[in-house]
Amino acid sequence: MKIDLQQIEDASKEIYIRALKLLPPDIKEGFKRLDATETNATGKAILGTMIRNIKVAEANTNLLCQDTGIPIYNVVIGTGVEVDGYALKQAIIQGCARATKEHPLRSSVVHPTTRQNEHTSCGRGVPVINIDFSNENNMLSMEMIPKGSGSEFNSWLKMALPADGIDAIKTFVIDCVLEAGGKTCPPTIVGVGVGGTADLCVHLSKVAATRALGTSCTDPEGAKLEKELSGVVNKLGVGPQGLGGDSTAFAVHVETAATHITLNPVAVNMQCHSARRSRATFTPLGLSYGF
Amino acid sequence: MAHYEFDMPVTEQQIRQVRVNDTVTLNKTLYGIRDATQIHMFDHGRKTRFDLRGHAVVHTAPNVRWVGETQAAPSGYEPICIGTTTSARMERFTRPLMEQCGVRIIIGKGGLFAASQSAFKDIGGIYLAIVGGAAALETTWIEQIEEVDLDDLNPESLWKFRIKGFGPLLVAMDSHGGNLYTEVNKVARDNRAEVLAALGVKSA
Repeated sequence: MKIDLQQIEDASKEIYIRALKLLPPDIKEGFKRLDATETNATGKAILGTMIRNIKVAEANTNLLCQDTGIPIYNVVIGTGVEVDGYALKQAIIQGCARATKEHPLRSSVVHPTTRQNEHTSCGRGVPVINIDFSNENNMLSMEMIPKGSGSEFNSWLKMALPADGIDAIKTFVIDCVLEAGGKTCPPTIVGVGVGGTADLCVHLSKVAATRALGTSCTDPEGAKLEKELSGVVNKLGVGPQGLGGDSTAFAVHVETAATHITLNPVAVNMQCHSARRSRATFTPLGLSYGF
Repeated sequence: MAHYEFDMPVTEQQIRQVRVNDTVTLNKTLYGIRDATQIHMFDHGRKTRFDLRGHAVVHTAPNVRWVGETQAAPSGYEPICIGTTTSARMERFTRPLMEQCGVRIIIGKGGLFAASQSAFKDIGGIYLAIVGGAAALETTWIEQIEEVDLDDLNPESLWKFRIKGFGPLLVAMDSHGGNLYTEVNKVARDNRAEVLAALGVKSA
């Protein structure tokens, strides 16, 4: 399957805008679930406003949240796909810049020291483009995540000791949720990376935070840990927007990687309640959009 | 728990009557301000031509469309999506914003801390919690971008919005030491040991 680079560019533009406007169905379901069980009056009112906002965004075809985020594109390339890797990245960057200029969107991206904004949502190393490969034949998929700063600002890494074991991981996750309070725009998806190197661990926490609700870690040990943490995180009482209640998190997600005999790394990254993502999939049947 | 309708600007007396858990809806004028705006105003000594005395500011950097200056868009900008950012980063600007510019109300999400709390108490100010991430809804409360200042900092310019029915917003910090965030935070920290025990953590 040969990939048309103009289509990549157009789709990169389209999925940035779609991600900002259409909340995935699993997140909407998550809201319904939390709303049904919230016992705190303030928390219930805040969830009601969030649910109303989703409807207003759809009715007015407007952005759900003003934060256009740091744009992240996760590309998966299957077997039998013919595409120039360098040109693919350039097409994604171009599509991201076009979304920003043509919609228009607020460019939330600046140089880290000069704070110069190019008003393209692009800059050195941004958009973040992650490329991976799968054994699926004749398929290329691009997932777009506009990662908001409220949740990104609160990111943590701890290189715990092997002697501290899994207790250190669990304690760290709970303490991060407490420290985040309302700053991460709860209810959140709490993403936890366990193992790997420092950078891999942080990356895994982002993968976990942006994974669809209802999915599980493919490592049974990770799945067990995320189930345990999800079961208790809402007993903390942080609640929607940190103003009290049961709905602190939709879920805790865990991703794991093997690590060094001397290491016990744990990272936490959160996704805010506006847990936005969008997807374009290329197959021999054509291009389709989804989540 | 009372509800207040404020036609901006307000007086110190109006602010002093408000308590946490009350709700407030604003009308007429609201200013948008953010990190870079305040860094330039208070660290780099830049001045704004706007008179902020008695006014409310919202922690924001909006999505706008340049349409050129018209009667319907006197600033030249049309709102697309206007929401609210996390306030915590701007904690150290609360006191200068109140002392030097006369601001009485800060609207944000996630709350502010002790330095802001004491400024609210000393000078007479409140913090209103808006629902972060509910920007599509918030945008419907904004009628127009009337004026813009310090626009070289765009999108972190100083924005003057004309608003109608902006709220209801929850009073989360008042001028009498009331603070919903510290109350919730204390409850959550008290729950920590129980949660860790439920996870089987031994040395909690």
